[in-house]
Amino acid sequence: MKALAARRHHRSAPVVLLLLALLVTGGVYAVLAPSQARADTASTQDIETGKKLFQANCATCHGLDAQGTETAPSLIGVGAASVDFQVSTGRMPAEINGPQAQVKPRQFDDDETAALAAYVASLGAGPAIPTDEQVDPAKGNPATGADIFRTNCAMCHNAVGAGGALSEGKYAPSLFKTSPRNIYQAMLTGPQSMPVFNDANITPDEKRDVIAYLVAQRDGSPGGATLGSLGAVSEGIWAWIVGIGLLVGAAVWIGAKSS
Amino acid sequence: MTTTLNPEPTTLVGKSADYLDQRTGVGHAVKEFARKIFPDHWSFLLGEVALYSFVVLLITGTFLTMFFVPSMSLSVYDGHPETMNGLLMSDAFKSTLHISFDVRGGLLMRQIHHWAALVFVASLVTHMMRVFFTGAFRKPRELNWLVGFSLMVLSLLAGFTGYSLPDDVLSGNGIAIANGVVKSIPIIGSYMSYFIFGGEFPGDQIIPRLFTLHILLIPAIILALIGLHLMFVVVHKHTQYPGGGRKEMNVVGYPVFPVYAAKAGGFFFVVFAVLTLMGATMTINAIWNYGPFDPSPVSAGAQPDWYMLFLEGSLRLMPGQAEFVSWGDYTWSLNVLVPAVVVPGILFTFLALYPFIEAKVKGDTEEHHLLDRPRNVPTRTGLGVAFLTAFVVLAFAGSNDLIATHFRLSINEITWIFRVLIFVGPWFAFWVTRRICLGLQRKDRELVLHGHETGRIVRFASGEYIEVHRPLDEQERWVRVSYTANKPLELPAPTGPKGTKDRKYKSAKRWARLSRFFYEDRVEPVTPAELSAAHSHGEHDALPGGEEHAAVTSVHSTDAGERAH
Repeated sequence: MKALAARRHHRSAPVVLLLLALLVTGGVYAVLAPSQARADTASTQDIETGKKLFQANCATCHGLDAQGTETAPSLIGVGAASVDFQVSTGRMPAEINGPQAQVKPRQFDDDETAALAAYVASLGAGPAIPTDEQVDPAKGNPATGADIFRTNCAMCHNAVGAGGALSEGKYAPSLFKTSPRNIYQAMLTGPQSMPVFNDANITPDEKRDVIAYLVAQRDGSPGGATLGSLGAVSEGIWAWIVGIGLLVGAAVWIGAKSS
Repeated sequence: MTTTLNPEPTTLVGKSADYLDQRTGVGHAVKEFARKIFPDHWSFLLGEVALYSFVVLLITGTFLTMFFVPSMSLSVYDGHPETMNGLLMSDAFKSTLHISFDVRGGLLMRQIHHWAALVFVASLVTHMMRVFFTGAFRKPRELNWLVGFSLMVLSLLAGFTGYSLPDDVLSGNGIAIANGVVKSIPIIGSYMSYFIFGGEFPGDQIIPRLFTLHILLIPAIILALIGLHLMFVVVHKHTQYPGGGRKEMNVVGYPVFPVYAAKAGGFFFVVFAVLTLMGATMTINAIWNYGPFDPSPVSAGAQPDWYMLFLEGSLRLMPGQAEFVSWGDYTWSLNVLVPAVVVPGILFTFLALYPFIEAKVKGDTEEHHLLDRPRNVPTRTGLGVAFLTAFVVLAFAGSNDLIATHFRLSINEITWIFRVLIFVGPWFAFWVTRRICLGLQRKDRELVLHGHETGRIVRFASGEYIEVHRPLDEQERWVRVSYTANKPLELPAPTGPKGTKDRKYKSAKRWARLSRFFYEDRVEPVTPAELSAAHSHGEHDALPGGEEHAAVTSVHSTDAGERAH
C-alpha cells in the first residue's frame, strides 16, 4: 500500500483513475446490458392464426375486433402493408408509452407477421405488401430519387436519410438500415407522424427511385468517413476534437522539447 | 585586415546573399529579426496554427479557383455521381461536382480547404482565448487586440462567403437566412437586400459577388492585417509567463534563428499534415448529398459551419411573437433583428472593448509584458468564461434538433431549457469561475506560507502530531507571489461647481462602481513579512516540546530538505 500511497499524487494519477473508471463502467454495462430475446412460436399463414395472435397481443389497445380504442386507432382498412411495416420493424406491439413507437427487436417472425397482416387485411381493403420487384433498388433511378427525396422527405429525414427531430420528442428515424420493403411501406401507409405518399402523389416507380437513392447512400462517401452524414455540426465537433486536439498536442510537444 | 573582417563569400548561398545585401541592405533586417527572442510555451503556438491553416487555405484555395466557375447560369448535368446525373443545376454547383469527382485530387483539395477553414477559425478563437485569459491585450497591445479582433470577424466572413459558393441546397439556405437578416434591419432592410442580391433573392448575382469577396477582397484584407498583427508582435516583443528571472524589461527564450525558425517551420508541416489527414479521411460538406440549390427544400439538420452556429442558435431560441406591424403598415421583424443583429452586436462589442474597459477600471497606464495567471484576475477570468458559456449555449441551441434525436429528448423542452440557460448560464458560470479563481489564489497563499504536504506524520513524546511540510523552492514561490492584486478605484471628492450633481463626478462614480465589481473581492499575494512569520513556527515554539520541533526541523532540513510546519 505504501507504493500506492506514494504514487497517489503522481500527475497522471487522475488520468489513470478516469480511464479505469471508464473501463469498469463499460465492462459492467457490457455484462449487464439486456440481451435480445426472440419469440419463437409455431406459425400458420391463415387468417385464423392471425386473429388469435391479434387478440392475444394487440387487442388490449386496438380492441378485440381491431375497431380501435381511446388509446390506439382502428386498424380496419389500414391494409397488410401497414401491419407488415409496424410488426416487422418491431414498432408494434408497442411496449411503452412515449411520443412515438420505437424500433426494437421484432416480436413476431415472418410467418406470424404474415398471419397478422392477412388478418388485418381481411377486415377491410387497404394497401398490400409490395412485391420484391416494386422495391428492388437496382431497378430504380437514384438521380430522380434524390430529387424526389429532397422535395418530399429531406425536411424531416435529413438530406441523405440520417433522421431528424420533430416536435415534442417525436422524430423522423434514420433510414440507413431500413429495408427497401419497409421504406416503400412507410411511404405508402404514413406511419406515426409521417404523411401518406399515395401512388398518385409519388408513383410506384418514383418510390422505387427513392429507394434506389437511399440504398446508394449505404456505399459510403467518396470523401471518406461520413461522420454520420449529419452536416456541419458533426464536422465542427470533429474539427475541434481531431484538428485542434492534434494540433494543440503537437504544440505542447514542440513547446516542451527545448524548455 | 579587411579580408579577415569581411571575407568574400565563397559558397553559392553566400554569394547570392551578398548580392542581395549589397543591393537591398536586407542583411540588417535579417540580422535584427534572426536575433529576436521568443519565449517558449505551447500556448504561444496557437496563433501560429491559425497562421499556418491560413497558408494552407491560400494554397488549396488557389487550386480550387483553377476549376471553380462562379456563375449561376443553369444547365443539365451529365456526369458523376449517379445521384446528380440529369439534374438542372448552376455552373457553380456543376463545377464543384467536377472538382469533386473528375479533377484529380480535387475532392482532397476541397476537403482540405474546408477542414482548414474550420480549424483556422477554431485556432484563431483558441488563440484569442489565450490572449484574453492571460491579459496579453493590456498596454501596449490594445491595438493589436483590435487587429486580432478584426481578423476574427473577417475569418467569419471568409468562412461564410466560401461556404456559400458551391450553390448547394444547404449553403443556399444559409444565404436565405442572411437575406432574412438583412431584410429585418428597419427602413433600409429591403433596399439592402435588393442591393446585395441585384434584385429579388436569390437572383443570379450573388454567387459571383460572394466569389469576388471570398477570393479577392477578404483574403487581401486578412493578409494585410496578419502583416500588421505580426509587425506589432515584433515591435512590442512577445509576452511571457511569470517566473524567476522573467521581468517586464526582458524576454526569456530562444532567438528566432535557428531554434524558433526550425520549430515554427516544422510546425507548419505538422499543421499541413493534420489538415491533409482530415481532408483525406473525413468527408466534409458533401454537396452531392444536398443537391443543387432550389429555394423550396430545407433538409432536417441544416446548420451552418460551427463558427456561425451561435447565430443559428440565437435565431432558433427567439420566440416568433416579437414580429409586429406598426402604424403605416410597417413590419418590424424584431424576431430576426434581435437574435441576428443585436445579440452578436453585444457579444462582439464586449470583445472589442474589453481591454479599454479593464484599463479604465484598473486606472492602469503601465506597460505589461508579463502575463497574468488567469486565477490572479478572477473577474476577468469569470467574464471570459461567461462569454464562452453564452457562445456555447447558443451553439448548442443551434444544434437542438441533433441533441433531440441523439439523446431522445423533446426539441421543445430543449429549446426552453436553452432559453433559460442563455440568461442564467453566463451569470452562473461567471460566479462559479470567480469563486474557483479566488479559491485557487487562497490555495496558492496557503502553499507559499506552509509548503507542500508530504504525507509524513511525526508524533512527539508529548503526544502531539504534526505533518511535515516541504517548503516551496524559489521558482515555485516566485510564480505564486509575483502579482498585484488590484484595488478598486478611489472615488475623488466632487470638485465641480454642482458638487455631487456634476456630470464628471457622476461618470467617475459609475466607473468606480464598475471598478468595485472588478476588484472588491481579491486575495493579496503573500508578503515577505508574512512568509518569514509563517516560517518562524509561531505558537509551536511557545508550546512545550519546542526543542523537539526544532530537532525534527533540523534533521529534515539537512536530510531531505524538509521542514516541519
